[in-house]
Amino acid sequence: MGTNDQTRSLPRGLRLVAAAGAAALTLTAGLATPLDPAPRQARAADDGKKVLTVAVAQSVDSLSPFLAVRLLSTSIHRLMYEYLTNYDPKDNHAIPGLATKWESSPDKLTWTYTIRSNSKWSDGEQATAEDAAWTFNKMMTDSGAATANGSYVGNFRKVTAPSPTRLVIELKKPQATMTALDVPIVPKHVWEKVSDFSEFNNDKSFPVVGNGPFVLTGYKPDSYVRLKANESFWRGAPKFDELVFRYYKDQDAAVSALRKGEVSFVAGSPSLTPAQAESLEGAENVKVNDAPGRRFYALATNPGAKAKNGEKFGDGHPSLLDRRVRHALFMAVDREAIIDKVFRGHAVEGEGYIPPRFSQYFWKPSTSQKLAYDPAKAAELLDRAGYRKNGDGKRVGKDGKPITYRVLCHATDPNDKAVGKYLQEWWGDLGIGVRLECLDNVTDPWLAGKYDLAFDGWSVNPDPDFVLSIHTCGALPATPKDTGATDNFICDKQYDELYARQLAEYDPAKRADIVKRMESRLYDLGYMNVMAYPNAVEAYRTDQIKSITTMPAKAGNIYGQDGYWSWWSAVPADAGGSSDNASSTGVVVGIVAGVVILGGLGVFAAMRRRATAEDRE
Amino acid sequence: MTADATPALVEDRQTAAGPRVRERSAYPRYLAGKVAGAAVSLLAVLVTSFFLFRLIPGDPVKTMTGGRQVSAEQLAAYREEFGLDLPLWRQFTDYSGKALTGDFGTSYQFRAPVVDKITEALPNTLLLTGTAFVLYTALGIFLGTRSAWRRGGLGDRVNTGLALTLYSIPSFWLGLLLIIVLSVGIGPLPGLFPTGGMESGGEEGFAYVLDVAHHLVLPVVTLVAVEYGQTLLVTRSALLDEMGSDYLTTARAKGLRDDLVRRRHAVPNALLPTVTLIFINLGRTVAGVILVETVFSWPGLGGLFYQALSVPDLPLVQGLFFVFAAAVILMNTLADLVYPLLDPRVAR
Repeated sequence: MGTNDQTRSLPRGLRLVAAAGAAALTLTAGLATPLDPAPRQARAADDGKKVLTVAVAQSVDSLSPFLAVRLLSTSIHRLMYEYLTNYDPKDNHAIPGLATKWESSPDKLTWTYTIRSNSKWSDGEQATAEDAAWTFNKMMTDSGAATANGSYVGNFRKVTAPSPTRLVIELKKPQATMTALDVPIVPKHVWEKVSDFSEFNNDKSFPVVGNGPFVLTGYKPDSYVRLKANESFWRGAPKFDELVFRYYKDQDAAVSALRKGEVSFVAGSPSLTPAQAESLEGAENVKVNDAPGRRFYALATNPGAKAKNGEKFGDGHPSLLDRRVRHALFMAVDREAIIDKVFRGHAVEGEGYIPPRFSQYFWKPSTSQKLAYDPAKAAELLDRAGYRKNGDGKRVGKDGKPITYRVLCHATDPNDKAVGKYLQEWWGDLGIGVRLECLDNVTDPWLAGKYDLAFDGWSVNPDPDFVLSIHTCGALPATPKDTGATDNFICDKQYDELYARQLAEYDPAKRADIVKRMESRLYDLGYMNVMAYPNAVEAYRTDQIKSITTMPAKAGNIYGQDGYWSWWSAVPADAGGSSDNASSTGVVVGIVAGVVILGGLGVFAAMRRRATAEDRE
Repeated sequence: MTADATPALVEDRQTAAGPRVRERSAYPRYLAGKVAGAAVSLLAVLVTSFFLFRLIPGDPVKTMTGGRQVSAEQLAAYREEFGLDLPLWRQFTDYSGKALTGDFGTSYQFRAPVVDKITEALPNTLLLTGTAFVLYTALGIFLGTRSAWRRGGLGDRVNTGLALTLYSIPSFWLGLLLIIVLSVGIGPLPGLFPTGGMESGGEEGFAYVLDVAHHLVLPVVTLVAVEYGQTLLVTRSALLDEMGSDYLTTARAKGLRDDLVRRRHAVPNALLPTVTLIFINLGRTVAGVILVETVFSWPGLGGLFYQALSVPDLPLVQGLFFVFAAAVILMNTLADLVYPLLDPRVAR
């Protein structure tokens, strides 16, 4: 019987050994590899390669400049391809890119760009006006190629390249944004081979031919994007040899990676949290950059949603159509408290529509115009508007019912929830109820106009045309069933007239003047109340990056700039681009050796025990 | 004693021959029934995945174009491209016709075939969850049998206590803790493992394998720590049920060492509930582990599913949902097919 048992046990024993072996292999492979990174980094140091590693979280949607719309992908395209123009890192004004200069005809309908002759594609070919003309024409004629940037060419009548250095764009009507065409110009000789632009993602063969400061050399979805310096870049080669975007889907993990030196830079999406910033401020060799952001954070009011055909829809509270009510509500919002308590100092108090970072267009209300925090005055304003308190201390609407506003909030944004709590308190003191409606996806009630107020925010470009356009009547949906480009259904004749004027004004100073008047009008209307401009809080290792250009240069941010300034300008610290783990190698070797020896002893003991047990039977 | 036992065993085998013949004839029918059931479930999943995700609030076109300057014409062009302008029944017939041939369409946000996106991330997920699965199942069974065998002892109490504690720890929290301690390093302890990701990039050949294994350690340890408790507890309680059985007394009476009684007699009979759990876990390995994948930035299916849902990227969501459900159905069917081999009574 004993014999029987033993023969039967053999396969099972073998299986056990095999399983243990597999497990052990995985573990030892894992434990043994700490040896690996150190030599790798040493190698990197040997051939003197300076690598700048940036922690990112956002997935690449596409590496084709005709399809990509996300911040990370479009930032990478800035590095890969030269655009016609760029923005000055000091004050955002338009400066030469692929074009060295530009002029418009007296009728404002023809723009002529001079294309530089010292920009070469990374495969050695010359970049010419023909490449630019081909890029624009492709977007105008192929709907697949118009996916990402089609709006830029919507007003183009014709684009030609009469000579390699001359690009001519004819317009249907005047357009002031012609020095802010954020369209990557691609090499015609490479891209004319693409058959279907709607499905070509430009991520299969490397290196990708380009003429920007960096050349794309590798990409693995949600793992890394790798670029190398373009030595022949016309503005001068970048100082780092390689730029790697590495994925950290969890922001706390990314901060840990920075602490360790695994990455050189962390931006957070959209920003590091106050807690993360505080924890990093004391860390060795880490600099926290608390920079003015490009976003505004506002409270939008439903002005009674309607479509272009005049049909009304949605169910915004009728009392909000009274400008005095809107002003009263905003006067009861303590913006200083929001900066201190919610943003913990990492934001600037809101004033005009466009953040102060864009100094050309920044506007703030005069003292008499300003809706300063003043709850007593707010209550008085509501009384005057006829919304008085009832016996229970609640203000009642014209329908005789107590007023409760629904406030749409993003469930994924902790700031919305925190500010919402304050609104409940502040407006509660006025006698007005607040019901926070926090949703993962606010688009449905938003587009249907089924809300009273909503937390709102946009990232602003150096050219403000887009954020201004979303408040024009032209952006309203055609019918209630359609969706328009409108933000919150604002439609104001005076504002629209100003909008049309700024778009046709080619003189930068005069145009800025009109834009400021639009901001003033928007402020007075009270449908879009800017509470704060959140800062962009980011951090980098000073033992890897010695210096880096911020935008605006004086006190600006690094990640997501308009232009390639940050990564192009970054200067490596003497220690090199990657962290040096050499000192810890010894410890690692010790630990691994210890584990291996202990493991070996354990296995030996177990085998011995088993052997004697089997013998004993 | 040996002389006495052998005839008994032979006799036993003879009596067992009868039912076994019947089993063999019953098995194909049993098998056909299970496979047919699985096929019906798969079809149901195909239909459900289409309608279920159309209940998610949000307009994919609006979400995708959010924050950009797009004209009404462009929005309409997107709808037409994605087929969202068609009546629902047309969308459904288009979808199901293609899905039956294995074509789940093109992802809205990535502009790539859904099948490509899934096959890109599937191996990553399987590497992570598969490795963890092997380890936590082995560890769970091993410690579970030890615990049951010495029930009430110090080892049992420590084992079950620890397993329960780890089982109830949120995986993302444990993951972050491991990152801080083992990746960044605390005090004299150096950072031993990478903070996240699957590879450093730029490695090739054996160096690449080692690099991936190095990145694999912390997420696998997290998963094993959180998951092994379940297998341990199920194995332990199943074994406890068997422990009073007469055949164990017989085995002991034959003079077998305690260790062998457990390994060769008690454990195989107690394994059925554990096998069920193993197959359930196997089915789950495909769906990935979104929290652990996120904390360790592992480029797997869990993260892809989350991104697809937030748009909602309907083709991608449908494709992923189908793959997840198919894995569970496949594993359950496999479990059904394996049961009769472990316990012939099941097929009868």
